[in-house]
Amino acid sequence: MDQGSAAGTGGTFISLSDTEQRCYSGLYALCQPDSSGKLAAGKVAELFRASQLPAETLHQVTEVCGAKRLGYFGCGQFYVALKLMAAAQAGLPVRLESVAGELPLPLFIGITNELEMRYPNHPSTNESQPHILGSLTGSAPRPPADRPVLRHPDTSTDKQEAWSPPRSPGISPPRSPSAYRSYPYGAQRNGTDTLLAYDGKVAGCPSVPQENSSPSHYSLKLQPEQPVITRVASVERLVERAEMDYSDDPWRITEEQHEYYTNQFRSLQPDLSALIMGTVAKNFFTKSKLPIPELSHIWELSDVDKDGALTFPEFCTAFHLIVARKNGYTLPETLPATLRPGFVEPGVVPAPPSEATEPLIVFDDNMMPGANQLEMGSVDLQMTSRPGVTSKQDTRDESRKPEFSPKRIPDPHEKPIQHVSTLKPDSPQELDANMKSRTRPRSYSSTSIDDAMKKVEEPPTPPPRPQKTHSRASSLDLNKLFQQSAQGSRPSQHSLSAKSGWLPRPPALPPRPPATQIFSFLPGSEKSSQKAVQQANFADFSKFREEQESSVRGGLSTEDLAPPKLDSTLRHQGHAPQKPVRRKLHPESQSATPPSAAPYSAATLTKSTQRPPPKQKREIQMAIRKNRETNAVLTRLNSELQQQLKVVHRERVTLESQLELLRPVAST
Amino acid sequence: MAVCIAVIAKENYPLYIRSVPTQGELKFHYTVHTSLDVVEEKISGVGKALADQRELYLGLLYPTEDYKVYGYVTNSKVKFVIVVDSSNTSLRDNEIRSMFRKLHNSFTDVMCNPFYNPGDPIQSKGHQTAQTHLPGNF
Repeated sequence: MDQGSAAGTGGTFISLSDTEQRCYSGLYALCQPDSSGKLAAGKVAELFRASQLPAETLHQVTEVCGAKRLGYFGCGQFYVALKLMAAAQAGLPVRLESVAGELPLPLFIGITNELEMRYPNHPSTNESQPHILGSLTGSAPRPPADRPVLRHPDTSTDKQEAWSPPRSPGISPPRSPSAYRSYPYGAQRNGTDTLLAYDGKVAGCPSVPQENSSPSHYSLKLQPEQPVITRVASVERLVERAEMDYSDDPWRITEEQHEYYTNQFRSLQPDLSALIMGTVAKNFFTKSKLPIPELSHIWELSDVDKDGALTFPEFCTAFHLIVARKNGYTLPETLPATLRPGFVEPGVVPAPPSEATEPLIVFDDNMMPGANQLEMGSVDLQMTSRPGVTSKQDTRDESRKPEFSPKRIPDPHEKPIQHVSTLKPDSPQELDANMKSRTRPRSYSSTSIDDAMKKVEEPPTPPPRPQKTHSRASSLDLNKLFQQSAQGSRPSQHSLSAKSGWLPRPPALPPRPPATQIFSFLPGSEKSSQKAVQQANFADFSKFREEQESSVRGGLSTEDLAPPKLDSTLRHQGHAPQKPVRRKLHPESQSATPPSAAPYSAATLTKSTQRPPPKQKREIQMAIRKNRETNAVLTRLNSELQQQLKVVHRERVTLESQLELLRPVAST
Repeated sequence: MAVCIAVIAKENYPLYIRSVPTQGELKFHYTVHTSLDVVEEKISGVGKALADQRELYLGLLYPTEDYKVYGYVTNSKVKFVIVVDSSNTSLRDNEIRSMFRKLHNSFTDVMCNPFYNPGDPIQSKGHQTAQTHLPGNF
């Protein structure tokens, strides 16, 4: 086989550039030359058809190159034919003269792989041709005839070998990033090519014959859609994809990559507008097996708002930097402009390449085996949706948190549990259930009142008794209230337990006794009992009534209740100023007693209402009224507490200033 | 102007120390180390008061004939120490304060990085560049 730098046809000397030479050699080999160097006509015809030139042009080419005359395609004729086809594709007439100059490589549409349709006809690249060859060779097992091709004296040996793994750097052992940088120029998206490329990369330069076998090995892999891919190949396929972008810029995110990053982001955080917390991102990016200082540097580059969390653009940036780093690109010192979160890709259309997402997802699954044992646990939770109890609890926690965080940044402690957000069908349900469960303590107006009303009917209303617990609770009122509530709880334990379980829970809960007083007034039937309660409190509250009224007038926007209710409210609010000190000492008693007092009086209330049997409408109205009253009470108490806080704060400031004066003056 | 900048952890070991290499870094390390005593004295003096009462900027810790040492402590007991050449008398207190503020900002940025374990030496390049951008710095 004449692999000289020139191909002669009837004496015409046509010079081939190195790239062309390599390409043509590969094509030549593809066409299955027999022992004498003649090419198989079928293969040649196939190749010619792949060039997508009109038949007439092909005839012309065949004629000009001399094959027609000879009756077969020898090496020289083949080369000339290739050059003529290149010229034809470039628009030049099919003449020998036109091939004298520098021409782009002829473009052959792949006969086996439709992905090659995307190949641009880059004049500068020598990879477009190898890629086609790669696909072609992919379909055809590499015969040993390739071996003679490989024995090329110059470095093109490696390049030729690079055809079967088309994108292997091959040339020089130190695979510098510059070698990688040349690849994006090809802008190839052939999955098979990438696969082959990485096999070449993996094999490394040294063993050429070994690489020879690898193409055949990988050609087998080409046909099935990669369920059996090794981790390295899949990872590098992803990395290969990451390299490729349409504008030759390694720092630009392509659509495929963007789509992939979106999927990854969703796996960590279902809402694209929310943040990924630092620990979560750390665990995720640690799976990429990059050293920690580099990951740290990547984080610094990508977290532009320096908040310790990643927004979606920041996440894309970080992911892209990681991918680039894995490809061998050195990390920049500053963030490239194309990776800034504010950068908008012109004309970005989220293309759904199905064949792209599948191998990309393989990346993640295949990362799992390589991940840390520690991360394996979390990753298992993440990737495999376990509908176990633990995960449900996690989602419950997770769903609970968003309620509390209006900024939609879940609690950092909950963030690792967010991994289980893959339970997407479960989580909405969980969310609803949990919202109900959580809102129940908050909106105690909804069910609690009904429960309370039911409870009220059962217990009698004994006079308040001094409570033996909380000896420091000097106020008899509290004790009485507690006693009332305790008595109220005994008859109706089942409903009260549900309530008392969470009624004391709200920490800043105001004293419920005002509510009880109000409730008692509403039906008007339990006035005797409530009066007893009132009278018990009366002694303590009356003196603070004025103070309460003054505080109430202080800009409260609650609706005015009936005067008796107001009095009772005020009286009970006298609790609050009455013991500012005591509250500090035993807040729990105070908070415990008011809520417990509430159900009791509410129970009495319901009893009265249910005497006229089906007065549901009335119940609802009373419930509404009770809610309003409770709101009013709470607002008043809130304002009052705030005033107290101000007072205390003022005291504190004065004390501190005094302390400052007394302190030895230090030089500042 | 500032010849040495040091970030000292809560346990009084340095997280980051960087000095102009002209005068022997060991000397500055020693100075910073001794200044820690002064810092401790200052922050323990106000220990009885609440933490928010204490000023973060500690001011001039002690002057020597060659240089002055300024200190700053955060609420998490991380200390910043800046050693300034005494010949720069034009360096005002406000400038020192602004230097500390920038130092604090870059330190919090480092802390925000989830890959940084608190207590590790600070190897962040961003942090280093922030140091160089301090006014009149190396």
